[in-house]
Amino acid sequence: MSLIKLYGMPMATCTVRVLLCLEEVGAKYELVPISMPTGEHKSPAHLARNPFGQIPALEDGDLTFFESRAIARYVLRKFKGQGPDLLKEGNLSESAMVDVWLEVEAHQYNPAISPIVYQSLILPRMYAGTPDQTIIDTNLEKLKKVLDVYEARLSKSKYLAGDFFSLADLSHFSYTKYFMATPYASVFDSYPHVKAWWEDFTSRPAFKKVAAGMAPQQ
Amino acid sequence: MVMKLYGPTLSPHLVRVLVCLEEVGAEYELVPVNLLADEHKKPEFLAINPFGQVPVLEDGDLVLFESRTIARYVLRKYNSDLLKDSSLVDSAMIDLWVDVEANQYFPTISPITFQCLMMPVLGGVTDQNVIDESLVKFKKVLEVYEARLSKSKYLAGDFVSFADLCHFALTFNLTLTPYATVLDSYPHVKAWWESLLERPAIKKVIDMKKGSWN
Repeated sequence: MSLIKLYGMPMATCTVRVLLCLEEVGAKYELVPISMPTGEHKSPAHLARNPFGQIPALEDGDLTFFESRAIARYVLRKFKGQGPDLLKEGNLSESAMVDVWLEVEAHQYNPAISPIVYQSLILPRMYAGTPDQTIIDTNLEKLKKVLDVYEARLSKSKYLAGDFFSLADLSHFSYTKYFMATPYASVFDSYPHVKAWWEDFTSRPAFKKVAAGMAPQQ
Repeated sequence: MVMKLYGPTLSPHLVRVLVCLEEVGAEYELVPVNLLADEHKKPEFLAINPFGQVPVLEDGDLVLFESRTIARYVLRKYNSDLLKDSSLVDSAMIDLWVDVEANQYFPTISPITFQCLMMPVLGGVTDQNVIDESLVKFKKVLEVYEARLSKSKYLAGDFVSFADLCHFALTFNLTLTPYATVLDSYPHVKAWWESLLERPAIKKVIDMKKGSWN
């Protein structure tokens, strides 16, 4: 079997989504760095893997594709049985609940949390820019409304899709990890079930390993 | 008990699900939701989707929201070949192009259709700058689609899939605007679009949508 190659960066949020899955299932893989500052993601070689010039991209034998959530599902399916069942595809309603909360992460949670992370961490640290407080404040309000829904959900079930840890929970890790390094981390203190959920799944060995690669290289 | 799908036919997210329901020949009841009257913000609706958005599916005790989730659920429930769950590679390619629609296609085409079709309904003024900026981005996305569809008949491979159907709603809306001719510069995209229009389920949904802009 050929070795899976993941093209991306260990601190990049979407690459992390896939790294976590690879680690959860114990897959053998090689992380091939793609340098964003030098524009490598827009090089012909990388555009051949991802025509939208983004990371990550995955090569597995003849198969090359992109979009981190699609790659995540592929990894979890390929190594099904080798690690925990994070997709529940054997059960119609459980897999639907995983899908609901994975979509919610993509379309509700992420759009609120990522501008806050971008403005307060990425912009100043990577681009020497000044955070736009209006953007931060507007998105904090949106995030709180989203967290109201998450608090209600997690008061009724241990994890998002049900009483089982799934890809839906995992998918929240990278941006939330960075959010916890911003001055706004204490927002989560008002949502005790959300906070407990966060502390629970981030104690998994796969998460600790991948988190170590996310620390900013100063 | 028959599945209930909540939402108006003018919602492209609802249409994404309608197409799949029609493709599998499911029995369902369509329950209109009046977005203009803020029906989706009322407590009765928030009880089924706390994010206050359409569509929502009720199937017995199961309540689902997020259109791509509902669509996948329907396709799986009816063992549809539009998902290729038994093939690791084919299902990955489907997932890929579903996500490309969500992350690349949708964000560049929807401002155009929103400005042209929804703004008048909402009593607002069409913003040409938004349309023009989106057209530039949308054309770049279409270049990628043209390259892909030059190599394979459909997006995920030489088989029609959920990924292709995900593109129907907004592409159809584009054809109702003055910018329909954008597709003419991308012959493989145009041929792909025309083949989707031939599908009986698509024809039925087009019929169901008539009058949704009134």
